[in-house]
Amino acid sequence: MKLTLTGVSHHRAPIELRERVALDLDACAALAERLDGEAVVLSTCNRTELYLVREDHAEELSVSTLTELAGDRGQELGAALYRLRDEAAALHLFRVAAGLDSLVPGEGEILGQVRSAFEAGSTGPFLDRLFRQALHAGRRVRMETAINESPASVPSAAAALAQQVFDDLSGRRVLVLGAGKMSEATARNLVSRGADVAVVANRTPAHGEELARRLAAQAVALDAVGAELERVDVVVSATSATGHVLSREAVAAALRARKGRPLLLVDLAVPRDLDPAINELDGCFLYDVDDLEAVVAETISGRRSEAARAERLVAEEADRFREWQAALDVVPTIASLRALAEEIRDSELARAGGRLSERERKHVESVTSQILAKLLHLPTIRMKEAAAAADGVVYADVVRHLFGLGEEERRR
Amino acid sequence: MAEFLVVPALLAYGEAAVAYAGELRGPGLAGRLATWGVRVGWLAQTALLIGQMVSADGFPWGTWAGALNLFVWLVVGAYLIWGCTPKYRLLGLTVMPFAAVLLALAWAGGGTTLDEGDRSGVVLAVHAVLMLAGFAGLTLAAGMAALYLWQERRLKRHERRVLRVRMPPLDALDRLAARTVLGSLVLLGIGIGVGASSFERGDFDAAMAVTLLILALYAGLLVLRHEGVRGRRAALLNLAGLALVAVVLPLTHFAG
Repeated sequence: MKLTLTGVSHHRAPIELRERVALDLDACAALAERLDGEAVVLSTCNRTELYLVREDHAEELSVSTLTELAGDRGQELGAALYRLRDEAAALHLFRVAAGLDSLVPGEGEILGQVRSAFEAGSTGPFLDRLFRQALHAGRRVRMETAINESPASVPSAAAALAQQVFDDLSGRRVLVLGAGKMSEATARNLVSRGADVAVVANRTPAHGEELARRLAAQAVALDAVGAELERVDVVVSATSATGHVLSREAVAAALRARKGRPLLLVDLAVPRDLDPAINELDGCFLYDVDDLEAVVAETISGRRSEAARAERLVAEEADRFREWQAALDVVPTIASLRALAEEIRDSELARAGGRLSERERKHVESVTSQILAKLLHLPTIRMKEAAAAADGVVYADVVRHLFGLGEEERRR
Repeated sequence: MAEFLVVPALLAYGEAAVAYAGELRGPGLAGRLATWGVRVGWLAQTALLIGQMVSADGFPWGTWAGALNLFVWLVVGAYLIWGCTPKYRLLGLTVMPFAAVLLALAWAGGGTTLDEGDRSGVVLAVHAVLMLAGFAGLTLAAGMAALYLWQERRLKRHERRVLRVRMPPLDALDRLAARTVLGSLVLLGIGIGVGASSFERGDFDAAMAVTLLILALYAGLLVLRHEGVRGRRAALLNLAGLALVAVVLPLTHFAG
């Protein structure tokens, strides 16, 4: 059986082409079913890939399927397609599951998408093993490296900092100052980690109300935020004001009512909205855009070094899969050899059966069974080792020739 | 033979302390080695304590060094509850060097040998174990407080690597330290109750007075928490409390 992977991804295909071949999970399941044999369809916003296990015509089938999906953009598909087989295909899937093939290396969502694709696929022993090992590789990379722990943008860095202060963000209240894109992106990042945007304040009330509506929050006037400071945990500020929107004194006044609860303030505006002296207050942590960009730059460099470690882990897992796959080449020979040995043992026992008592027969059966097991143990191990070293087929041929395996069937 | 188990325990604790420092470069092998060091060391020390218990006629940890040996075991045991989780793993940075040094001290003071022990009865043995467990909890809370101050400093200074070296979150450390203090106070309270049941009139001494004072101070810390003394100030009070325990208690209990 041969593993074939055919797909398009963000590396070579523009979004216009990727969206043509993108499928939801139900469609992936239906397509995998239609492709016959072992098949998994992985479709995310960055890629659509078909994993097939067939003896022949797998590639042609995959290409024609993707071309059909691409419709009138089918002619563009040729240049964007990649086709991989066996070890290369397995390694590719392991890298995908580990997030190493993603736009942002190490992103966490892909592992769940690979799992869903696997569960929706038509898998047999081969793809079952392949995808389970890919999921294991993905989990290993996330556990043993810090590749997915480092945010790659200012909004995600702000949200990660909030988690460093508050741990779980569920139920944490956020105050958003300003109704621009940056405030919204940061607020949404916090919401995605469990926080609630409680209040939005903006100089232009209509814009503030619009953002508040989108974030299911309450809109207030900018000069009313002092009272809100007592109740919120995170302040995100990105207004276009020319002076400080929040002074040290205003925050200090609110701290008395907060009873020691920490307050994270994220100032994304230039010029700055929040008085830098706020950071000196006990329990207040103020980050401006320069601080956040420095954190992001550091974490991105960390991602690169972690990616190198992750690649090594993925290569290890791919090697293990290759060994398993190679062993498959010799499994039929090993099975035939054992069947032949058992057949000989059974026939010899049958011939001697009349001359033995029940007790003797059981004893002889036990002894001959042990002899066979011991005799065949080493050749079995050696053949599997040879398979892992790519000599498996040669060894299997030699064993088949020496023991005449298959000749009996051919004579029949 | 069992007394030589202190060597692997000490080596494993030392290895864990060094490996936790390596974990600061990023999660990975160092963290796993550290966790295994703690586990192996704790198991070796458990075997040592069992050996001491079996060979003794009475309570085997009645001396200051013996008490220190049991105390380290309790501290590391309590740490293992959180230490195995990736989120709190770096708590080992403050706990394991301390544990290794104290165990070495207990060894040097003869607290890891097999001898007959102190024939002071079951009630006093239970009292001693509960008190030591309570103080072990306070030590762990102080470890969390130290880590809190470190993490707070990193966040205040806007360290670039603040997200690369994942310390336990500030608020979680603060809450966990308070809960640990509360648990320790419960153990100390029960320990004092058990001890008091065997005391006679006129037994009240400086050690008991100091223990009650410490209990009251830590209880006050928890009350103040409701009044807003949290975070940095609570962490500093926690460390000051442990300093008091570390300096005053051995003097009143074991001096002379």
